[in-house]
Amino acid sequence: MLRRLLAATMCAAVLLPSAGLFPAAMAQQAPTLNVYNWSDYIDPKAVERFQQETGIQVRYDVFDSLETLEGKLSAGRSGYDVIVPTSEPTFARLIRAGALRPLDRAALPNWNNQDATLLRRVESSDPGNRHGAIYLYGSVGLGIRPDKVRAVLPDVPLDSLDLLMKPENAKALAGCGIAVMDSAIDVLPSVLRWLGKDPNSTDAADLRAAEQAMLAIRPHVRAITASGSILDALATGEYCVAMTYSGDVIQAKARAAEARRGVDIAYVQPKEGAQLWFDMLAIPADAPHPDAAQRFINFLLQPEVMAGITNEVRYPNAIPAATPLVDDAVRGDPNVYPTPEMLGRSFTAEALGPQAERARSRLWSRFKAGR
Amino acid sequence: MRRLPLLLPALWLALLVAVPLLVVVALSVSFPAEGIPPFALPGRAEGINGEPFALLLEDPFYRDAFLGAVLVAGGTGLLCLGLAFPMALGLVRAAPRWRPLLLALVLLPFWTGFLPRLGAWIGLLRDEGWINTLLLGLGWIAAPLPLLYSWPALFLGMTHAYLPFAVLPLYASLSRLDPVLEEAAADLGATGPVAFLTVTLPLALPGAAAAFLLVFIPAAGEYVIPELLGPPSAQLVGRVLWGEFFQNRDWPVAAALAVALLVMLIIPILLFQRLEARR
Repeated sequence: MLRRLLAATMCAAVLLPSAGLFPAAMAQQAPTLNVYNWSDYIDPKAVERFQQETGIQVRYDVFDSLETLEGKLSAGRSGYDVIVPTSEPTFARLIRAGALRPLDRAALPNWNNQDATLLRRVESSDPGNRHGAIYLYGSVGLGIRPDKVRAVLPDVPLDSLDLLMKPENAKALAGCGIAVMDSAIDVLPSVLRWLGKDPNSTDAADLRAAEQAMLAIRPHVRAITASGSILDALATGEYCVAMTYSGDVIQAKARAAEARRGVDIAYVQPKEGAQLWFDMLAIPADAPHPDAAQRFINFLLQPEVMAGITNEVRYPNAIPAATPLVDDAVRGDPNVYPTPEMLGRSFTAEALGPQAERARSRLWSRFKAGR
Repeated sequence: MRRLPLLLPALWLALLVAVPLLVVVALSVSFPAEGIPPFALPGRAEGINGEPFALLLEDPFYRDAFLGAVLVAGGTGLLCLGLAFPMALGLVRAAPRWRPLLLALVLLPFWTGFLPRLGAWIGLLRDEGWINTLLLGLGWIAAPLPLLYSWPALFLGMTHAYLPFAVLPLYASLSRLDPVLEEAAADLGATGPVAFLTVTLPLALPGAAAAFLLVFIPAAGEYVIPELLGPPSAQLVGRVLWGEFFQNRDWPVAAALAVALLVMLIIPILLFQRLEARR
């Protein structure tokens, strides 16, 4: 019996192509630079120009979730020189783990191009802004299909998290599809804020209230999945309400418009106050080419380079001098560039202790399982 | 010199099975830590960390994840057997010149990547996918059916992915049956169905058991299909393990889950061996 099983297993193992991923790009002879960024998240012309100006060969690799990035870095020796982790939780966690190399400000003359107010908001993750420069930022909100939402809820205002979190609304929208991104740290703070609590609360009663609010809408949620999958499905009209990142919604809107299949998408930044996040340019502690990495970061912090990136990916950057160079349509869209008033009401997620993090991840598992 | 051929499998076993297994077991009793990698191995001073296994026992979330995996893998195994049996029987009884082609057709799906095939299911099942568009166009339904992210979609994807694992061992065992046996049964007055049930089926049982196990074992740890096609509530052990490892970065708990899954899968294999030995 066992022999038969083994023989069959062997033949299956030979026949079945493994779905494994290629190992990370490893260090090579200089001058090269290994960049690891989110997918669809740069202006290709910027990389080209950097290569021409410096003669450094850029090997550009992409990830589609923070889990992938952290998984690769957690094993050590990733071989990457520049990575783009999000402020919370990954960037902060990497700093605490000693996995990032402090930036050398002397080698970054363009550092001061960044908006000081925005830099201050990153300080809860990186005290003193020692380990990262702001690449792009954005908020968490709802991507909606206004026509579909209006068809079932003609009178509900489209500027609040009520649209998703009120069970009667969620029930009405279940038919046309609700999705929530699978990321506790990007969803839970907004739910707490919607309940009128501290978004970073670790209080057991607050968390219980949030869990109850989420379980109340859980039967009406069709998908709890990675933000990248939500972007694709939103663009093809799969959902009529999806809680996800602002820029993903704006990219989905552009893709849907290109496809011309009558899918209209809009972004809702919750009036209760939206969670802000920052994607940071950082250098792993064991980066093989730290000097080239500093040059790349300094290159990106130029207004005209950043304006090109924002035009391409439709996320705002943190360089005020770049704003006049951004296309009018992108610059004038309050969903891309939040108004000062919206910024004032926004909040950032803060690092929680391991105990609180575990409580949060348990809560999230129960939400996903629906019990 | 004669021992040399034995040495190679032994080396293989030690390097690729025993050593990784030991690493996973050591991880499962390690302490979570903030660092790279995110754990601290048990040491003489700290002892071992029993918390990961304790957590598996006390949080019903994990019990449900194992239970769900067993049910899904068992269901997939039965569905595959149900489809594979007529397929294998057809293969055995087909004219010999057709057999290679038919076998190739069974194996053909393996030639394309696993993810594109799942992507194809997503394209078929989603709200604005082919099936819903067709049904809407025919006027049979008024609103798209929620086909994707459901339990039926999950079983569909699992059965599709694992079906060849069931067909091959069944085909192997059925093709070894002597056709004379069925002729003898017919000569002794057994009609087609009776001969099948009393002669063919019992003789094919070991093959069927192997087929079921070959589907059940990988299906129990499957995480890609539930993630891409299943409902969010399908928190099966493979998906939970992935979440512990990547989302919570709790490597010790993830390793404890892996060890528990391994133990769970060894039990049916041992039972089968017992059964075989008694035969």
